[in-house]
Amino acid sequence: MKCQHCEKQAVFHITELEAGAVRELHLCEDHARTYLNQSEAAAESAAEDEAEGEPAGGALSGPLGVGQTAEELALLDQRSCSMCGITFFEFRNQGRLGCPHDYVQFEKELEPLIANIHGATEHTGRRPSRSAAGLAEGTEELTAVIGLRQQMKESIACEDYEKAKEHRDAIRVIEDRWLGGGNATKGSA
Amino acid sequence: MKLEALTQSIGEWLRGTGPESDIVMSSRVRLARNVAHYPFVSRASEQDRAEIERFLRDRIAGSAVGQDLEYIDVGRLEDIDRQFLVERQLISREHAEAQGARGVAIDRMEQVSLMINEEDHLRIQCMHSGLDLKGVWEQIRAVDDQIEKVVPYAFHPRFGYLTACPTNVGTGIRVSVMLHLPALVITRQIDKVFRSLHKISLAVRGLYGEGSQAMGDFYQISNQTTLGRTEEELVEQVGDVVPVLIDYERRAREFLVRETQQNVHDQVSRAYGILRTAQTISAEETMQLLSRVRMGVLLGLIGDVKIADINSLLVRTQPAHLQKLRGVELDTNDRNIERARYLRQHFEGGEGSRASVN
Repeated sequence: MKCQHCEKQAVFHITELEAGAVRELHLCEDHARTYLNQSEAAAESAAEDEAEGEPAGGALSGPLGVGQTAEELALLDQRSCSMCGITFFEFRNQGRLGCPHDYVQFEKELEPLIANIHGATEHTGRRPSRSAAGLAEGTEELTAVIGLRQQMKESIACEDYEKAKEHRDAIRVIEDRWLGGGNATKGSA
Repeated sequence: MKLEALTQSIGEWLRGTGPESDIVMSSRVRLARNVAHYPFVSRASEQDRAEIERFLRDRIAGSAVGQDLEYIDVGRLEDIDRQFLVERQLISREHAEAQGARGVAIDRMEQVSLMINEEDHLRIQCMHSGLDLKGVWEQIRAVDDQIEKVVPYAFHPRFGYLTACPTNVGTGIRVSVMLHLPALVITRQIDKVFRSLHKISLAVRGLYGEGSQAMGDFYQISNQTTLGRTEEELVEQVGDVVPVLIDYERRAREFLVRETQQNVHDQVSRAYGILRTAQTISAEETMQLLSRVRMGVLLGLIGDVKIADINSLLVRTQPAHLQKLRGVELDTNDRNIERARYLRQHFEGGEGSRASVN
């Protein structure tokens, strides 16, 4: 099969399954690389001719809600979480997120999806009260240890024990704050 | 806790008591929670899962609710014991079939169960007999409060409690009632009712939750959205529709008695007859027939059976319960024979009351 943009062999195939419709992208190595390396803004304009002839917006935009083109999606799919490493593509395939940080990492992308599911994007229910322990309401700081643990593992694999020790210490500081101190021991007597 | 001890008892939700218990079998609320410092379960390594399990198990044991709970290491159970817990609604089917370290903490009344490493790190469930959503909510809120004192649940200032699936994010709450709606099924109004429930974004499921078929005219009604409304509002959303459904079912039952009394009496009596005399019977047929007998009892067409007995039989004739009660593993054929024998024994003698619940 030929690349959609030139005469070369297509070696990069993307199939989008959304709202019951199938969309395919066939690209050669060069064009695939161009797509993946382009900035999102550039992808948008490059995508315009591609989008022509396709049913616009709505039906095909599927659960993501907004009128993303195949190229934008392809780009988005490659993005991964800096903590757990899950790609947006993996999430879309499995329907399950990888870690709490995904809600921060993919906030912009998840928002229309969440609006679609719940008809709202703001939590109005119960909230944790951690202020007495001097901790933030949101748990981003604690979730960072997922990434630090990964970095520590990598440092060990590279035999960079100095670096590994730094990561370990950083993990300890955060865990002590969140798990060891007031928050963790309160009520456990 | 010893599963054998559970075999001898029945869960609180099967007592057949509580408001509207002729139609509402049970009221249930569950909360989905995750600890902030580990990947969600589907992305967690084997080691992560073991650490999450140990962390939550220890913290829950050390919390104010810990001493009332017994912990079961689900990962180490035999298949049949996992199935047993599913039939009792103490763990989900997904939890039973999952891999790796996981467990469940249960209170003695079998009202509260805390599943560790289900789809989310922690799934807290609370269940009462009859229609008692407010009571269930009060209880689960207290349990959740105590655990949150010692476990940093993943939380986002705007999105609320963070869950593995965005469909649960926010409150993480699923409010459900299990209804017995035989008359709406017989009068073929059930589909119409369900269509109108979907329109107000309530979900309808079978007896054993997601993906399970509605067996024996038992249906679970639950909220579909978890974000943008408070927990109390969501409890109300489900609670508000229940009286309407109860009213429909009652009217359908009255209609059946008024217009087709002979027919209904015949159907119910035949169902009762089969349960008392069959030599081999499947779990599905048993449930279907028990459902009809249950309706017969409530319509006053069968006088000598107690609702609590039928509720208990609904669970005890399930495959794993039957095998635990008999103390041997049985294949499907032998189970069907054993089930028929169990039912005959039960309905013999005291006409249902003697061989019943402890």
